[in-house]
Amino acid sequence: TLVTALVRVSLGLCVSGCRSLSSLAELPEMHQMMRQTCRDYADRELGPIAGKLDKEHLFPAQQVRELGAMGVMAVEVPEALGGAGMDYLAYSLAVEEISRGCGSTGCVVSVNNSLYIGPILKFGTQKQKEQWITPFTTGEKVGCFALSEPGNGSDAGAASTLARQEGEEWVLNGTKAWITNSWDASATVIFATTDKSLKHKGISAFLVPMPHPGLSLGKKEDKLGIRATSTANLILEDCRIPLGNMLGSRGSGFKIAMQTLDSGRIGIASQALGIAQAALDCAADYAHKRTAFGAPIGKLQAVQFKLADMAVAVESARLLTWKAAMLKDAKKPFTKEAAMAKLAASEAATFCGHQSIQVLGGMGYVTDMPAERHYRDARITEIYEGTSEIQRLVIAGQLLKEYAS
Amino acid sequence: YIVTIRVKPDHSGVVTDGVKHSMNPFCEIAVEEAVKLKEKKFIKEVVAVSCGPTQVTETIRTALAMGCDRGIHVEVSGKDYEAMGPLQIAKIFAALAKKEEASLVILGKQAIDDDCNQTGQMTAALLDWPQGTFASEVTIDGEKVKVVREIDGGLETIKISMPAVLTADLRLNTPRYATLPNIMKAKKKKIANMKPADLGVDMVSRVEVLRVDEPPTRLAGVKVETVDDLVAKLKANGTI
Repeated sequence: TLVTALVRVSLGLCVSGCRSLSSLAELPEMHQMMRQTCRDYADRELGPIAGKLDKEHLFPAQQVRELGAMGVMAVEVPEALGGAGMDYLAYSLAVEEISRGCGSTGCVVSVNNSLYIGPILKFGTQKQKEQWITPFTTGEKVGCFALSEPGNGSDAGAASTLARQEGEEWVLNGTKAWITNSWDASATVIFATTDKSLKHKGISAFLVPMPHPGLSLGKKEDKLGIRATSTANLILEDCRIPLGNMLGSRGSGFKIAMQTLDSGRIGIASQALGIAQAALDCAADYAHKRTAFGAPIGKLQAVQFKLADMAVAVESARLLTWKAAMLKDAKKPFTKEAAMAKLAASEAATFCGHQSIQVLGGMGYVTDMPAERHYRDARITEIYEGTSEIQRLVIAGQLLKEYAS
Repeated sequence: YIVTIRVKPDHSGVVTDGVKHSMNPFCEIAVEEAVKLKEKKFIKEVVAVSCGPTQVTETIRTALAMGCDRGIHVEVSGKDYEAMGPLQIAKIFAALAKKEEASLVILGKQAIDDDCNQTGQMTAALLDWPQGTFASEVTIDGEKVKVVREIDGGLETIKISMPAVLTADLRLNTPRYATLPNIMKAKKKKIANMKPADLGVDMVSRVEVLRVDEPPTRLAGVKVETVDDLVAKLKANGTI
């Protein structure tokens, strides 16, 4: 069978006239293709419904299934386990493009990939991977990550959720707070203290199916942004799970959490990039169309300076994110770069969200235009998976280590 | 893609340099149908073909990522490419269909840049094969193909023998998004390279484009109060 096709010229991914291809200036062909397929999906399937999902707090179940079928819910998972078998750079591109269409959906993709599947892929046994990863690659089921508690967010070492062994079971008690995907998840990676005397070295990680006796959900939080995701407390009251549900070794929970968040940072940076780009796209488009003082407002330097600053913020954060992803793929240390990426991207997202509304003026303040949603969606990226303040501590810590000696 | 199309200053055509291109939407539907037929085990192999300059290979790779088995890039560039029309493409496809011993040639019903709606029909004529155009439903039944066609009067169902040419209409199917694993697999699939001369096709156009213009700008309308006013105005501007 034969088909006709138009010429396809790729614009914007190749710096015009650039002969030397550093891998940060032009992505490999496969990555370009997968970026394009995610972008097409986001433009056609997410963009048109994002406003509705936000207004009505609707979890995008059908879209998550479709993304699962595309392999986007398990980008890094090997094909043998049901994933797409691609690298972290591909994952970062996927999350960015999906988030550009809908910030909430991008969050669901990121949490499932980095925070739920991530630690199981890295620390789980083969049996655990088959049981807890494979069903979560198709989009039929999503997972969540329960570390924060009402009493400690940034202070993750102070986990007050307890796990005691009783015969062939672990019994968990405590409350986890701010858990993304909670009401839509079918399993969670959860952290509890197994040895209080060892402080943060006494925390272990567990796999708990949802729903499960002894595990209940608090009320859904009414959030400023990413409203299509569900955020709630996880309440554990004598929640019993088999011994085989411990993830990794006893006492390694804190290490697992920190390493998971390292990678998760690249995911959130990508989500922030998508939101920032969407805000920039909205503002730049408006600048072409809206006329004032006799010409499109894009002719005014005040507007031009804003657009330029937004573009620089996004592009520099993007390159930081790609670099962090590439370092991870090369199995090199990437903690500092991931923290830098997350910091830069989340601050770029809030900056672009803010300036985008400013460019749109009154139109930016009403729900007719997506600028206000980008502004609201952007805000969380500076908070979860490590606040901007924590990122600064991580970066400074790594820097000082480099200079010590 | 949503792009603003501009006429070239010399009115010889539209500006395509630097304009983002992608697979023709009707061709996406054609590729999807071919891949579906293969998944249902009615056909063995799907070959994606495109005629044009180097950039065309990206589109072929997208077809491979959707599930085609291999690709053929017929290289046409420069002046030949600008002059290329349905007749030249149909000749290339007819030659390839014979060379590859294809049982079906599935195309989009028309390309959305020139809206010619001729290539499929011309290909069938050159091959002397039956054609099922504007297909909204395709069913393979032994050595025959049942095609439901969208025509002005409604739907027409025909049965044609293979080998045949089909052209895809809008409602035939909803093209799939290339999945990430398939994009990975597409990397390993082969794209053969050839020139029209290799197929014995002469690319000389029988059509000469005299001039390309934008449609006239729409003028503002005028409101009138009565029918008499309307008739008077129509007479005044020479319409009646």
